[in-house]
Amino acid sequence: MQLTNRSKIVSNKKMTLVEKIYLPAVLSGMSITVKHLFKKPATIDYPKKTREMAVIFRGQHVLKRDENGAERCTACGLCAVACPAEAITMTAAERKPGEEKLYREEKYAAVYEINMLRCIFCGLCEEACPKEAIFLTDKTVPSTFERDEFLYGKSILTEPLNSTVDVSKRQTKDTLEFKKDPHFAHNILFDPTKPSKKSTKH
Amino acid sequence: MAKVTIDDKEIEVPDGTTILNAARMIGGDIVPPAMCYYSKLKGSGGKCRTCLVEVAQGSAKDPRPMPKLVVSCSTTVQDGMVVKNTTSPKVLEARKGVVEFLLLNHPLDCPICDQAGECDLQNLGYKHGLSKTRYEEERRTFEKIDIGDKIQLHMTRCILCYRCTYVADQLTDKRVHGVINRGDAAEISTYIKNAVDNDFSGNMIDVCPVGALTDKTYRFKQRVWFSKPLNAHRNCKKCSGKVVLWQKGEDIIRVTSRRDKNNEVETAEDGKVNWICNECRFDKKQASDWVIEGPTHIERTSVISQNHYEAIDLNKLRLEVQRQQRVQGGRKDIGEKYTQEQLPKAEQTEIFEKQKQLGAYRG
Repeated sequence: MQLTNRSKIVSNKKMTLVEKIYLPAVLSGMSITVKHLFKKPATIDYPKKTREMAVIFRGQHVLKRDENGAERCTACGLCAVACPAEAITMTAAERKPGEEKLYREEKYAAVYEINMLRCIFCGLCEEACPKEAIFLTDKTVPSTFERDEFLYGKSILTEPLNSTVDVSKRQTKDTLEFKKDPHFAHNILFDPTKPSKKSTKH
Repeated sequence: MAKVTIDDKEIEVPDGTTILNAARMIGGDIVPPAMCYYSKLKGSGGKCRTCLVEVAQGSAKDPRPMPKLVVSCSTTVQDGMVVKNTTSPKVLEARKGVVEFLLLNHPLDCPICDQAGECDLQNLGYKHGLSKTRYEEERRTFEKIDIGDKIQLHMTRCILCYRCTYVADQLTDKRVHGVINRGDAAEISTYIKNAVDNDFSGNMIDVCPVGALTDKTYRFKQRVWFSKPLNAHRNCKKCSGKVVLWQKGEDIIRVTSRRDKNNEVETAEDGKVNWICNECRFDKKQASDWVIEGPTHIERTSVISQNHYEAIDLNKLRLEVQRQQRVQGGRKDIGEKYTQEQLPKAEQTEIFEKQKQLGAYRG
């Protein structure tokens, strides 16, 4: 009795002599192996070597300092309002006299936090920043076991004083053009220690 | 009465009305922007020239056009006058120039400025200005001055609209600040830093179109588009007590007066202007001081409407649902019948109270 019609009839065909000695099959397999010995490997020796990242790769953020080492961020909140994931929060504070070397503008971010669990690395914060303070780097965000460790504050995000994070490749053509244009030269800082010719004393 | 046509829209207004006010009566996009004119302050206007319009026909009796563009805030209408605002390329071009003039000495420090997001000059620049400046000279700079302990004057940002001096003149008992010097050197002065300690001096913060006069108790607390505006009131002996509270989380970080559609301080039903006193503005920052009415209406075009939730307008919602039903069902007759209908007032308040109990308006 047949329950289904899917059963197969077993073939008991006898192997030929060539098939019986197995040698041609072994040799054809070996030839493939040997061919691969002379090919360029598809992998790299990872921890010793790393692949070059794409210029547009968007990884962990950096809060840049200016050429004098002062923090560029002025806590304007444009990155936070541009962020589609609402990952950025900040608290602004006023710069006190004597802190000019630490902070570029009269207002600065006392607290600047990015929740890396929320961040989708879209780079809109970088695009929104009017002060060229935040950039995404080629560094990937490491994984940890604790949720609160993903809340990156200024201590992690701010560029270290002694080593600069190179973001020159990330600066768009427009940004570089913006810097050169004399029409935008008024965007330079007002330095209260150097009174301008026209400034009026009270 | 005089019949005027502004941008092809006709309106009949009382004699002596200015073109700007006639346009405001029509409302909408045709209203010329104004930086210095403030309808609640007598004598204001005529300084910034942003409200320039073209008069294509002077009046019915004398239909000749006016040879130059006129300031709509201080030109009165005449019967049969034809005014062109947005329909005149001449006006738009001139306004672009005016914006450029206003921005000559204005610093580009919007990322720092507390006014950013609710700044008239910022909005004007976006709408009418160019994105670059041709000015290459050095901008005038001043050091910050404290007017009293609650108000800060940042003269660098001032566009000399004179509104604050009118507040000092007309609202407060004793005028303690005005404008000194002339031309490029003109500046708001407090006569040797005399503290402005009138009860209503804080209103100069609200009338300031830029960030020149700012609330020191709010300084750098929060960007305006992250704070939540709520309408609230309290019993105040000095003022109307009707204000807008700006919250950060549960904390009240700022108190301002309520604005009308022209971005001026709102007028109450009895005709009084809802100026608020310094006590309400600077000292009452506990939620327990206020009776909260609900979220303030914010225009969708404003950046403050980011993450801002408002009470649902049930009538609008109902009309929208009906419009959609009409479109889907293709039954025009039903839809049009319903669009005329309004939800009864009693039913509206009932639903509002229910939503309130559920905590829908906690902001």
